[in-house]
Amino acid sequence: MPIFKGHSFIDNEWTLVGDDAPMPPGNAVVSKARFTAERNALAARNAPLGLILRSGETLDGLEDDLKRFSLIVLDIPKYTDGRAYSTARLLRERYEYLGELRASGDVLRDQIMFLHRVGFNSFDVTHEGTIAALRDGKIRLVRKHYQPAAREDEESAPEPRPWLRVSPRGVPGDALDMGIDGGGI
Amino acid sequence: MRVPGMSAKSKNSDLTLVATANDLRTGAVVYRARDGAWQRDISRAEIAEDKDAAADLQQRAETDLALRVADLALIPIIRDGAFVRPAALREIIRATGPTIELPSPPPRL
Amino acid sequence: MYRYDEFDHDLVRERVAEFTDQVARRLSGELTEDQFKPLRLMNGVYLQLHAYMLRIAIPYGTLSSRQMRRLAHLARTYDRDYGHFTTRQNLQFHWTKLAEVPKMLAELAEVEMHCIQTSGNCIRNVTADHFAGASADEIADPRPYAEILRQWSSLHPEFSLLPRKFKLAVIGAPKDRAAIQVHDIGLEVKRNEAGELGFAVWVGGGQGRTPMIAKKVRDFLPEADLIAYMEAILRIYNQQGRRDNKFKARIKILVHEMGEEEIKSAIEREFAAIDKSNLQLPRDAVERIERYFAPPAFDTRFNGAPAFERARETDKEFASFVARNVHPHKMPGYAIVTVSLKPIGGTPGDMTSAQMDAVADITEQYSFDEVRVSHEQNLVLPHVKLEDLPAVYARLHAADLATANYGLVTDIICCPGLDYCSLANARSIPIAQRLSERFADPVRQSDIGDLKIKISGCINACGHHHVGHIGILGVDRKGEEFYQITLGGSGDETCSIGEIVGKGFSSEGVIDAVETIVDTYLKLRESPREDFLTAYRRVGEAPFQEALYAHAA
Repeated sequence: MPIFKGHSFIDNEWTLVGDDAPMPPGNAVVSKARFTAERNALAARNAPLGLILRSGETLDGLEDDLKRFSLIVLDIPKYTDGRAYSTARLLRERYEYLGELRASGDVLRDQIMFLHRVGFNSFDVTHEGTIAALRDGKIRLVRKHYQPAAREDEESAPEPRPWLRVSPRGVPGDALDMGIDGGGI
Repeated sequence: MRVPGMSAKSKNSDLTLVATANDLRTGAVVYRARDGAWQRDISRAEIAEDKDAAADLQQRAETDLALRVADLALIPIIRDGAFVRPAALREIIRATGPTIELPSPPPRL
Repeated sequence: MYRYDEFDHDLVRERVAEFTDQVARRLSGELTEDQFKPLRLMNGVYLQLHAYMLRIAIPYGTLSSRQMRRLAHLARTYDRDYGHFTTRQNLQFHWTKLAEVPKMLAELAEVEMHCIQTSGNCIRNVTADHFAGASADEIADPRPYAEILRQWSSLHPEFSLLPRKFKLAVIGAPKDRAAIQVHDIGLEVKRNEAGELGFAVWVGGGQGRTPMIAKKVRDFLPEADLIAYMEAILRIYNQQGRRDNKFKARIKILVHEMGEEEIKSAIEREFAAIDKSNLQLPRDAVERIERYFAPPAFDTRFNGAPAFERARETDKEFASFVARNVHPHKMPGYAIVTVSLKPIGGTPGDMTSAQMDAVADITEQYSFDEVRVSHEQNLVLPHVKLEDLPAVYARLHAADLATANYGLVTDIICCPGLDYCSLANARSIPIAQRLSERFADPVRQSDIGDLKIKISGCINACGHHHVGHIGILGVDRKGEEFYQITLGGSGDETCSIGEIVGKGFSSEGVIDAVETIVDTYLKLRESPREDFLTAYRRVGEAPFQEALYAHAA
């Protein structure tokens, strides 16, 4: 399943490992339960490690280990389940997580900007229309925002109200090739 | 998909059903006729007389959810001589409009 | 009032373009209804019994004449020539076509209006005291904060997929005219001992299936911390609010299950952990918003209002109107005027496009171009010169908008009910109409005094029946409409949830039952000055139960 990262689809370089399955060599993603149970053994591995959190699972107990993960996947079973958005924002802002943060599951193009703003930087998408929209750079993004989120490094803060933010061009899926500026004023 | 309306008062109501929905573009209340058209007149609706007919009607009606209608339901109707009316009050109101006078007269159509 | 700058205009236009695209993708079939529904809800588009319904946001209930005229135009052009004002200070059109919504939104955007977040599991319209900026009892105007909260909560990336809807209300006076204690978050603007501005914060109020009064979690939150504190509360709710059961998904359930102490400390813990550097509200930023709500250029030379006094003496109807619908203003020589949308026998909260235009003209000429919508479905002209009142009254009268029944038994609050709403179990509007007709006699109304009847057609309580002095809830009893009565509710600062009085009534019986309740009150009140709510709180439900049920065989 290709992953959308940056501006293109790339191969998924990560293997999702079941709780009872043997650890493969190379990049591997484990559940919170498995990591908690095998923390030391997994830390001793010589390959990149990833974590997957299911909806409802929290960062409790993982705070000191987050630096170990090159990838954190937050699963979104139904796109109306907004818990991952808080988890993502905490990862970026409170825990200063710098690795890849991936949204997986029921991800639709209409959430891409919100997901991006709370800190996700890759997307595991299955919805056909969303894949097409991302691939073709055809998402109509609203780039003006009324509040800061987790993108303070890239968003500009126009005067005069301190809470306003503007996304730069080129966030994932941005309609880069639109002839008439599609609202990205 | 709505569960068929409020409890109806007819003995055979569970089985005598028509398909109703709202037109996707306009929101108007419509009923599925035998020829597959969604139209406003309940007396022209295809009536399913038994469980099998109902299942079949539902299957055919569901194909219109993508592009033509929203909020599909099979609702009990009552035969009143030559006439057909919904069994449930909610569906009567859907068929005939609000029971109160609107503040302005309706527009000339 | 707030005026959009370029940023606001651009954002709303971008949003209209986005939704236009989403509608197109639905109509082309690229989006299923399941995928489209949360998107259309985020833009206030419901599918109701007869048509789509469009709910237009009226931030803290404030409108200019230009906006009111645009609403009239939309009613005429796209709907059936009328609109309905709601208990959240918004406007609804009941005959909307999905295919026309993008055009309607574009026309709304031209007058700085939109439908963003008037539905869906997100933060909804921030409501406020409809007497804000005018009332004599005001400590501080709540509307600048309501505007700041409106902006912060709009299209918030973290809080747009909540377990359920989320409603905020703000007041700035000791009198609560916005029912903050039955909101998810209620805020009261106040000053501490040093004279600094801040808020008392309530969390976890709500009506619906399980009505609850909010818990006060903070006695004083400094102004600068407002946004950070809101984020703390919303984050806890987003993470821990229930998502398995729609009827247990509001924050009030979470507050109830955690308990007052635990929710308080959870909020404070999260608030303490938040890096506030980019969420602080600097005073100068607040001041900039406050300037939009600066008092209008009042005429400060008040030497009496002879035309007003003369009219009051000679015109009995005008005098009644003044006695009921005119309220004290902080500025001498001015008054606040309630425009009742409850004509006898009418539909509470409905207004024709012609009436909207009439009010727009009056607003522009006589109220510094500002009119408000109250959560009790009336309009408010906040700044009317006493001397202009006779002329204003005449214009209102000509438009059938001069019913002198503010707060009286015929000033009924009522949801659209089963005549319109796909969630309803019973009709509510005909009940309101029959009650209104039963109590039409102005002398009788005046004798009864202050009495709020609130009617909901289903348990979702959009008619706010839980906080009615007399509340009426329509239910479905074996396919028939049936009505339960509650007594003693109140949405003001003495907030209480009404108590079910006993077995319900048929649609005919409920009218008689309300009359029995009113007659019982009249018999047992200590004096005409003891209003219904006070009397009920003194005697409890027993006398009313006896009057209603004792003769039942």
